[in-house]
Amino acid sequence: MTGPSPELLVLLALAIPFAGALAVAALGRWPNLREAATLVTGAALFAVVLTLSAAVFGGARPELAGLAVAPGLALAFEVEPLGMLFALVASGLWILNSIYSIGYMRAHDEPRQTTFYVCFALAIGSTIGIAFAQNLFALFLFYEALTLSTFPLVTHKQSPEAMRSGRLYLLLLLGTSMVLFLPAIAITWALSGTLDFTAGSLLAGKASPLVIGALLGLYVFGIGKAAVMPVHFWLPAAMVAPTPVSAFLHAVAVVKAGVFSILKVVVYVFGPDALRIGSAGEWLVWVACASLLLGSLIALRQDNLKARLAYSTVSQLAYVVVGAALATPAALTGAGLQIATHAAAKITLFFCAGAIYVAAHKTQVSELDGIGRRMPITMTAFFVGSLSIIGLPPLGGLWSKWMLGVGAMQADAGWVLGVLMVSSLLSAAYLLPIPVRAFFAPSPEPPSEPVRIQEAPLPCLLALTVTAILSILLFFQAEPIAALLRGVPGAG
Amino acid sequence: MTVLAAQLPALLIVLPLIAAALVALVRSDRVAFAITLAVSLVLPVIAALLLHRALVAGPISYQLGGWSPPWGIEYRIDVLNGFVLMLVSAVAAVAAPYARRSLAAELGDGHATFYAIYLLCLTGLLGVTITGDAFNVFVFLEISSLATYALIAMGRHRRAALAAFQYLIVGTIGATFYVIGVGFLYLLTGTLNLADMAQRLAALPDEQSRAVLTATAFITVGVSLKLALFPLHFWLPKAYTYAPSWAAAFLSATATKVAIYLLVRFFFTVLGVDVVFDRVLLALSLAGMFIASVIAIYESNIKRMMAYSSIAQIGYITLGMALSNKAGLTGALVHLLNHAVTKGTLFLALGAVALRLGSVKLQDLAGLGRRMPLTMGAFSVAAFGIIGTPGTAGFISKWYLATGALEAGEATLAFLIVASSLVSVIYMGRVLEVTWFRPPSPLALQAKDPPLSMLGPIVIFAAASVYLGLDTRGSASIASLAADQLLGARP
Repeated sequence: MTGPSPELLVLLALAIPFAGALAVAALGRWPNLREAATLVTGAALFAVVLTLSAAVFGGARPELAGLAVAPGLALAFEVEPLGMLFALVASGLWILNSIYSIGYMRAHDEPRQTTFYVCFALAIGSTIGIAFAQNLFALFLFYEALTLSTFPLVTHKQSPEAMRSGRLYLLLLLGTSMVLFLPAIAITWALSGTLDFTAGSLLAGKASPLVIGALLGLYVFGIGKAAVMPVHFWLPAAMVAPTPVSAFLHAVAVVKAGVFSILKVVVYVFGPDALRIGSAGEWLVWVACASLLLGSLIALRQDNLKARLAYSTVSQLAYVVVGAALATPAALTGAGLQIATHAAAKITLFFCAGAIYVAAHKTQVSELDGIGRRMPITMTAFFVGSLSIIGLPPLGGLWSKWMLGVGAMQADAGWVLGVLMVSSLLSAAYLLPIPVRAFFAPSPEPPSEPVRIQEAPLPCLLALTVTAILSILLFFQAEPIAALLRGVPGAG
Repeated sequence: MTVLAAQLPALLIVLPLIAAALVALVRSDRVAFAITLAVSLVLPVIAALLLHRALVAGPISYQLGGWSPPWGIEYRIDVLNGFVLMLVSAVAAVAAPYARRSLAAELGDGHATFYAIYLLCLTGLLGVTITGDAFNVFVFLEISSLATYALIAMGRHRRAALAAFQYLIVGTIGATFYVIGVGFLYLLTGTLNLADMAQRLAALPDEQSRAVLTATAFITVGVSLKLALFPLHFWLPKAYTYAPSWAAAFLSATATKVAIYLLVRFFFTVLGVDVVFDRVLLALSLAGMFIASVIAIYESNIKRMMAYSSIAQIGYITLGMALSNKAGLTGALVHLLNHAVTKGTLFLALGAVALRLGSVKLQDLAGLGRRMPLTMGAFSVAAFGIIGTPGTAGFISKWYLATGALEAGEATLAFLIVASSLVSVIYMGRVLEVTWFRPPSPLALQAKDPPLSMLGPIVIFAAASVYLGLDTRGSASIASLAADQLLGARP
């Protein structure tokens, strides 16, 4: 097959979003053209990533030798299975996220939409940079770029509350990355003399278990985007952002970039063998399990729908971290699967929350009694997303939980399996009441009025339907993803 | 041609000196500016030739008036001061076109003398850097300092004179300390040539070490006053705040850098400083990094905020010196350049703001981002550079400093280096938030980007601060070469 070389594709995938941002900025005066630019960018990006994935599925590892900045610091890219999966998820969902944004922002008549779409494009560009980074420096560069480009999105309303949350967002993410993540990178460099992601461990035999354990801590808490407790505060605070941004934070890019970075560090810097139960990294299993359970418990007590979903994200992200910490073959596969399945499910839930807000102006769970009769499609999608988060068939979420459970057993850690099961029950307890009450509880409005269907604008509805269907597809089509993940060193 | 090439070191000093005399005779602002601009553009070419020769063929020795060292004055250019000469002259060249409009607005017509004084200042700074003679350093130091006092005093704010006077007192004390220190060294060694002095000091018997220590102390304190090492920094915020904007930008990018060069030269080439000095320097650097940054948070005059930020950034450089290993020293030297470019952008952008708004108070800058997008865009890029975001020059410096700290086995220090940049997130974040996310202030509503002669230098500096974060062949590679030479020469 003759086509563009893989190297060119990598370059295109990195360049298209930034070119798109320029186009959006240039077309700011004509909203229809501007939105077209966003959608064209999304489609082109996804097409390129999809073409690239064909090569990666075939076992290739396309590289793009970049700039050697200084000894050890190189802006270089290499597409490996984990990054490929992340790029596929992010670029695919970004199109839906954009369609939804257009419906949402227009329905709300939001100000400063051009800035919004420019930052939106810059953010996905940074995400692709993270996914394809060949070394810790490139990863760190785009990690920071993602924080900075999403700041204007989080503070979009520019109300005092939004600015406060924005400051927390920025300080916590920049702060942890500078004070913990960057020193971790420097220490890695000092110990191993390289920052490249290569199969096997960079640190094997170069540091005592104590140092390894401490370094792992610097990485896990330095990558604040993964929202491992106690550095999760920024995530619930960031819910002041418009709902499309929440979807971007929780599903498409930001938190996923966090757990992706942790997975990447575990697989390519420490090497799976260096962690596992009974080694220096064991503490992480405990911390992640605690984060997993606490997130669910706090979610139970939230009446604000977005806050409940935010804590649910904290809990669900911890699944990925548990998988990374167990570091057995099945656990690593499960962690990768969880990135994909949680993304599809959580974006559906946030789309639904936004749709409810646009169509009915409701934000609290207690206000949603009977709303399913007015918004049947939205609440059905919500139900589907919930089932996937809980991990029930026939939804994609089942597979990631299944593999993580198998991974726990491979590690001889039956108690982790127990934690996962309890957490599933908890997530059922905080999610399922919402669709159940929406469909079956009596509506607080006077019964004399006939019930009218009153759904969100079509773009929103379209987006959330597609993501719900995607969650179902992931149940039936999980094998290609699992096959891709088997290419990750140490996974299986 | 070869005759001219041999005279390049002298030319670098003589050219601005003659131009200064010429400009002093001129009445017309326009002619004065034209001469200044022409000279400023020629100097980096000479400096580049010298640096190139020093890199390729080793140190250049130029005997002034044909008197051979150690009796005559020697200009000696190795990689280190070639790098600093390049830095000073390049900054001067890029910033020069900016002067005309900015000075006309701030000083009014009839400011031709300002150019003459500026050229004298430039002569002094280049002279301090190029010369290999300890007393000649003092002469050039005084030329540049006296010129600096005058530059600051010409600021239109009435406190400018007071700021200049305070700096004059401090600067004179500093120069006196320096001369006393050099006097001690002359007594001990009988020479003023730096290279010669270094050799004789190394051969000195142990009982003389107390005198050397005294000399070191005097020189360190004297030069530290010049470079605004915490806690000898108190003159700097006032001086930069009330000086004309262009002078503030030029001085912040060059004057303190040259003083730091001088300290590096004495510490590493001449004296070979012992551990005690390193620990003191380390502690003061850290204190400066944190305290000055915290003060910056509470400043509402942005020019003064940037001045305190400079003091903190100087702390990074002296910290790298104190580490005195290869990575640390490379970080210090490369930060001379990186900080010059970054802070130059910030001060020049503020000069443009002052031109359009007549104010650099934080509340007046509200919403300015959309009114002066290119100026504030450049300001923001440089702000990220100060914070040390990867992809900017500031990150490169910080990376070298942090790895230098780890190399020295000081993991805590590496943490403190990155933690201090978190403080800069707070003050820079505050400015960026107000300028981009607030509704425009009444003053900002009228503003627009400055004319091209000012915008050009701002954008070039901002672009350089990103470029130097992505391609370090011209910065960190040379700095690490210089660091190698310095550490190799250290007794």
